[in-house]
Amino acid sequence: MAVPATKLKEKKEIIDVGLEEGAARLTYERIEQVINRVITAEMAARMKVYVDTCIHCGLCSTACHYYLSHGTPEWAPVGKVKQTMWEILEKKGKVSPEFIKRASIIASTECNVCRRCSMYCPYGIDVAYIMATVRRICHLLGVTPQYIQDTAHSHSATMNQMWVKEDEWIDTLQWQEGEAQAEMPSLRIALDKEGADIMYSVIGPEPKFRAQLIYQAAILMTAAGVDWTMPASPGWDNSDMAMFTGDFEMMGRIKRTHFETAAKLRVKKIVMGECGHAFRSVYDVGNRWLGWKMPPIPVIHATQFYYELLKEGKIKIARKLKEPVTLHDPCNIVRGRGLHEMMRYLVNATCENFVEMYPNREQNHCCCAGGGVINCGPPWKTKRVESNSIKAEQLAATGVHICIAPCHNCHGGLEDIINTYKLNMHTMFFIDVLMKTMEIPDALKA
Amino acid sequence: MQGIYEFVRGPLLWLTFIVFIGGSLYRLISMYYLLKKKERWVFNYMSLKYSLRSILHWIIPFASANMRQRPIMTVMSFVFHICLLVTPVFLLSHIVLWDESWNLSWWALPDWIADIMALVVIGACVFFAFRRQILPEVKYVTSVADYAILAITAAPFITGFLAYHQWIEYRTMLILHILAGEAMLVAIPFTRLIHMFYFWFTRAYTGSEFGGVRHARDW
Repeated sequence: MAVPATKLKEKKEIIDVGLEEGAARLTYERIEQVINRVITAEMAARMKVYVDTCIHCGLCSTACHYYLSHGTPEWAPVGKVKQTMWEILEKKGKVSPEFIKRASIIASTECNVCRRCSMYCPYGIDVAYIMATVRRICHLLGVTPQYIQDTAHSHSATMNQMWVKEDEWIDTLQWQEGEAQAEMPSLRIALDKEGADIMYSVIGPEPKFRAQLIYQAAILMTAAGVDWTMPASPGWDNSDMAMFTGDFEMMGRIKRTHFETAAKLRVKKIVMGECGHAFRSVYDVGNRWLGWKMPPIPVIHATQFYYELLKEGKIKIARKLKEPVTLHDPCNIVRGRGLHEMMRYLVNATCENFVEMYPNREQNHCCCAGGGVINCGPPWKTKRVESNSIKAEQLAATGVHICIAPCHNCHGGLEDIINTYKLNMHTMFFIDVLMKTMEIPDALKA
Repeated sequence: MQGIYEFVRGPLLWLTFIVFIGGSLYRLISMYYLLKKKERWVFNYMSLKYSLRSILHWIIPFASANMRQRPIMTVMSFVFHICLLVTPVFLLSHIVLWDESWNLSWWALPDWIADIMALVVIGACVFFAFRRQILPEVKYVTSVADYAILAITAAPFITGFLAYHQWIEYRTMLILHILAGEAMLVAIPFTRLIHMFYFWFTRAYTGSEFGGVRHARDW
């Protein structure tokens, strides 16, 4: 017998042990106590002004890829604020464990804190900040999705996101160094070289899953003749899931370790791999928590670094990619650092046929993976991909098969979208493009 | 009747201005002190250049992407806000009152234009009310208070329009008009109408963060 169509469409409730067990431990008293502590000790003028100013006009709706993909009001930024912060403030914290669970789901899996809605609100209300504060409350109550909580635990135990042990880290670097020496015999990944110009830092998943990126970075650094080093001790990981769970104390420890490692090595600046959220944490959020208006040691994102190397002629392009490519502007380095024009310079320098996706630059739609959403893990994957059909449409409209995305989370998120919507596309980092296009000086070749 | 009229345009008006100005100042000053006490760092990020850049892009019609994507709403909001602010200030009958009381006068709108502008404000309020009913994403976040704000805003214009045309008993309508205007002014500091003042600060802050720290456009 056929199953009625409506039955098929019914979604199973997603069970996340972190939320279920966290909520089961809660009492009304504890919720009220924690919320009131956050309201009095942590929230102040900004939150009050945002909540009092919002005129409930709904103009932020079309900023949000969740709303554009689902089309119903509970996905709009203001709809999410209504379901969480308005209720919390109106009831002065007298909300149920079930409410906290739902609030955690909304703030952690239905918002990428991508800040596009700030650009659509006539008042510029920072909805991402409001959602981050909801996450903060949920964190203090111990109701955070399990997978991302696990990465936060990893940060606290190892100072990296992926439970990478110190010897494994060093071993991975030496392994990649050995591999790369087959191509470039004089190549070194200098560990803990004091006084180097640049400290190169990456996110935990690079040694864990994408070690070839370290290989490629070493090739690039050597070809460009850069004086660089990578730390041998904890502090090598610039990523930060604690920032996204609302565990700001932990975020502070991670960032302090990262900056102190760079300070110990007396480098002139930190260059970060192609990651968006880590950049947000080091450049914008973590430094503030530590009391620095701007990062205490200059930090630049890999794309800006490549741009500068190309501009200064330290690397040269031997041949351009012939296949048409498109570029995805990651939130955290575009709305977060305005690197969009530098990235376009890079694309045009390395590719013959560049097809823009629309909207682009600051207006680009988020990948739906960032902001910790992909880190909430497999239970939430289907929802995450279904919540970004607008991205699939945007990618498909370019008609190209290569999408450059200089951000780890964007990569993961876009690959899931590409596979689910069968877009016949694949993603590349800029370093992948450079490896195919840049000139390797003869003297360095094996 | 005369007694009531004298009262609403005399002592009650004074009280209104005291509450409106005092209340608004209180909101702004207390917010400033709260900011200074708990989020002092915000001041370090404020930039005049990027504040003005952001404000300009949001007070010029169609200067932001969102405004271009919603032309009807953009036209309605701009026309509404302009008429709302300009009509009462440049209405001849209001200037006459200023002249009588304070010997102050300035250029006045021709009455027929002011008439149309009042209708525009009323029409826009009706439009916003319908919008709240019709668009699901707006309806979802609309509460009674949102309609109340619209009613408070439209009331001085409805009563003013009726008083001017003298279709209903003039004196009563005039008193109602004054009361409605006073109610609106008093409501500003205590409702979301405070956005009239907060707008400049939220925009300036967001503009400063986007421009100064993030090197990105916020429109």
